[in-house]
Amino acid sequence: MTTAAAVVAEEPRLHYLNESYGVRSWLLTTDHKRVGLLYLISLTGAFFVGGFFAVMLRLELLTPAGDLLQAETYNKFFTMHGVIMVFFFLVPSIPAVLGNFVLPLMIGARDVAFPRLNLLSWYLYVLGASFTTYAVVTGGVDTGWTFYTPYSTMSSTTQVMPTAIGIFIVGFSSILTGLNFVVTIHRMRAPGLTWFRLPLFVWSLYGTSLIQILATPVLAITVMLLGLERLLHVGIFDPALGGDPVLFQHLFWFYSHPAVYIMILPGMGVISEVVPCFARKRIFGYRYVAFSSIAIAVFGFLVWGHHLFVAGQSVYAAMVFSLLSYLVAIPSAVKVFNWTATLHKGTIEFRTPLLYALGFIGLFTIGGLTGLFLASLGMDVHVTDTYFVIAHFHYIMVGGMVMAYMGGVHYWWPKISGRMYPEGWGRLAALIIFIGFNLTFFPQFILGYLGMPRRYHAYPDEFQVLNVMSTAGASILGVGYLLPMIYLLWSLRYGEPAGNNPWDATGLEWQTPSPPPRDNFEVTPVVTGEPYAYPGREPAHG
Amino acid sequence: MIEARFSLPLFPEQASTLAPRVDALLFFLLAVSTVFTLLIAGCIVVFAIRYRRRPGNEVAEQVHGSDRLEIAWSVIPLLLCLVMYAWGAQLYFAAATPPPDALEVYSVAKQWMWKFQHLSGPREINELHVPVGLPVKVLMTSQDVIHSLFVPAFRVKQDVLPGRYTQLWFQATRPGTYHLFCAEYCGTLHSGMIGQVIAMEPADFQRWLAGGTAASPAVAGERLFTELGCVTCHRPDAQARCPDLAGLFGRTVTLTTGQTLTADEGYIRESILTPGAKIVAGYENIMPTYQGLVSEEGVLELIAYVKSLQATEAKAP
Repeated sequence: MTTAAAVVAEEPRLHYLNESYGVRSWLLTTDHKRVGLLYLISLTGAFFVGGFFAVMLRLELLTPAGDLLQAETYNKFFTMHGVIMVFFFLVPSIPAVLGNFVLPLMIGARDVAFPRLNLLSWYLYVLGASFTTYAVVTGGVDTGWTFYTPYSTMSSTTQVMPTAIGIFIVGFSSILTGLNFVVTIHRMRAPGLTWFRLPLFVWSLYGTSLIQILATPVLAITVMLLGLERLLHVGIFDPALGGDPVLFQHLFWFYSHPAVYIMILPGMGVISEVVPCFARKRIFGYRYVAFSSIAIAVFGFLVWGHHLFVAGQSVYAAMVFSLLSYLVAIPSAVKVFNWTATLHKGTIEFRTPLLYALGFIGLFTIGGLTGLFLASLGMDVHVTDTYFVIAHFHYIMVGGMVMAYMGGVHYWWPKISGRMYPEGWGRLAALIIFIGFNLTFFPQFILGYLGMPRRYHAYPDEFQVLNVMSTAGASILGVGYLLPMIYLLWSLRYGEPAGNNPWDATGLEWQTPSPPPRDNFEVTPVVTGEPYAYPGREPAHG
Repeated sequence: MIEARFSLPLFPEQASTLAPRVDALLFFLLAVSTVFTLLIAGCIVVFAIRYRRRPGNEVAEQVHGSDRLEIAWSVIPLLLCLVMYAWGAQLYFAAATPPPDALEVYSVAKQWMWKFQHLSGPREINELHVPVGLPVKVLMTSQDVIHSLFVPAFRVKQDVLPGRYTQLWFQATRPGTYHLFCAEYCGTLHSGMIGQVIAMEPADFQRWLAGGTAASPAVAGERLFTELGCVTCHRPDAQARCPDLAGLFGRTVTLTTGQTLTADEGYIRESILTPGAKIVAGYENIMPTYQGLVSEEGVLELIAYVKSLQATEAKAP
């Protein structure tokens, strides 16, 4: 509370941070901005816990022999790294933190449609996280974040149930957030804010919310069946009881592949805000970018079988899933081309958010293109379940989503805190993260093609050099993530006051003071034109 | 611990007929990816320099977009994707269809070891000897959780499931010793569930086979067939209450439901463990289950025996 007090001393204006004080005013808040901050704090915690496990994994893999951790501990660590990062950081990250904070501001609303439900979502997140924390503290879980049966139901003796309950609960947090956003976007837009005047971040959150509402219940069902089989030996997945283990994989990926798009679509939305702002230029092909979000959300539901190419699925099913997986690549490619074209003839200023956005475009391109390798049946057989897959999805999830998240946090930090972050440190951290990331994960593509399987505690000697490079990169990446943590906290007290619109950006969120007042706008704004209406000359040929 | 020798392999060995075909697809994918990465990275770098904010470039040119460009950068990647799809699918189809004359090896996986049984006799653990130049088919099942047989030098991988059979095949091209990994996480010692594939010249392989003293699985299967009492009902004479098994393997069978199927390994396994699931037309559901009475290896031996019956009966008029 000292930081909020400091703000008061300098700025007597009432805003969402200083309109009330005390733990109670935060824990019982229904203000979407405060809920967003509650998520920011919880997710930062989750990120560093998940990161700790990653550090331990990379240290173990420094040498071929399994020497730092015991095999059992290693298996638990990669499981908990995956569970925490996927379910407690990546899935909620941009929607729950940035979406919560800026969505109502962006559409000129006073809050989300169901403010109390919004707070309930955060409590469900905390409850789910508590179960998972309990599982971690009481011995951990070793099934991998994918919980494949029958290992998870019949073989593992670790804390599968509390972890599964945690994931079951946090799923409802995700469903409710999605529901809240869909209703908010339909019902709460300011006068004049038609669908095609919406910022693209809103479009991407809309696509994300649809997936959250439609796919997450399947995860809940799957986790529940897993629990029933583990506790009561209902024969659903275990062949010894008459079940089918591959059925679990179908159900799991029916959620978890769309979940990949839950994790990347909001990131794409951030990039669509940041690039026009710092190129001071209208986004190239607005409608194509908007509809590609919806196309990704829809096609994303039809490709789950590409996780099962060597799992014993029929050859013909595999052929259909491979084809559909290629179709989902196209809208992603369209977005990348449009962002690149937006830079053309702009007037580009290299502020920290843009550096993250450019990093995103490069890394997401590599992540997306290597996805084409995995969608190709003949190639997937060799590289699936190897480090190639690990590298691929970290390029999407970390190179893509975490870069976008960092870019978004920096972009909206002045609005959130009312303060500027230190630009020099911001650029330096972005650069360190980009270099550290590539050094960590690029060697893993080669390791994967060489044949190093994933989830290996010990490995043959010839893979060592590439693993050492990867661990070295991870240590650079770790420094890169710690820096913003430090200077953003520092800026809360010492940062320059930001003013309403430090980026001269379009968008309603920049028309209200920073930090915004409790009800966001003094007067409900009226929208009369397109988003991204940056000043500029019209092209000569019209 | 300081390693004395520095080794940094960047490309895996090619030791099967499939390997160069997979690598050719890899090079195509790499070429396309490199072109697109350079294209996008190049555009970003050029635009970033050329259109940076500086005196003289303080206002952007406000373009809306271009339908022609949008169509171009949707259709061209789509066409390239279709090539990748067709190429990959064709390779996958070939890898899924073993040649009919392939040598057969049975494998039972369990936490955390690979057991192999050559149809001609020898059993091995965590080692698989195969001849160079001949197709080898591995028929696999698991005794517990899901495993996955992965031989990087051959570019083959297939999950091994409890409760059913899966298979993979390869034809080694170069004698040598190659890694064999379990690629599906299967518990504590997953990373220890590794072994070697030893590819040998056919003459050396024959010598290796002859060195073993083990009875062939078909002989072991015949013994089991008698011990378990199967022979009481499954017999060629007129009093048989169950179908005669000679010549059964690979034949089309008509069921009481009117459906037909080909009698393969999976069908025989099911008929031993859940006999009531598919009843042959003209017979009654009287066979008891042998679930729990016969191990996965035993089932494979029985299958080998049934297959061998086909060989002898085929010669009879």
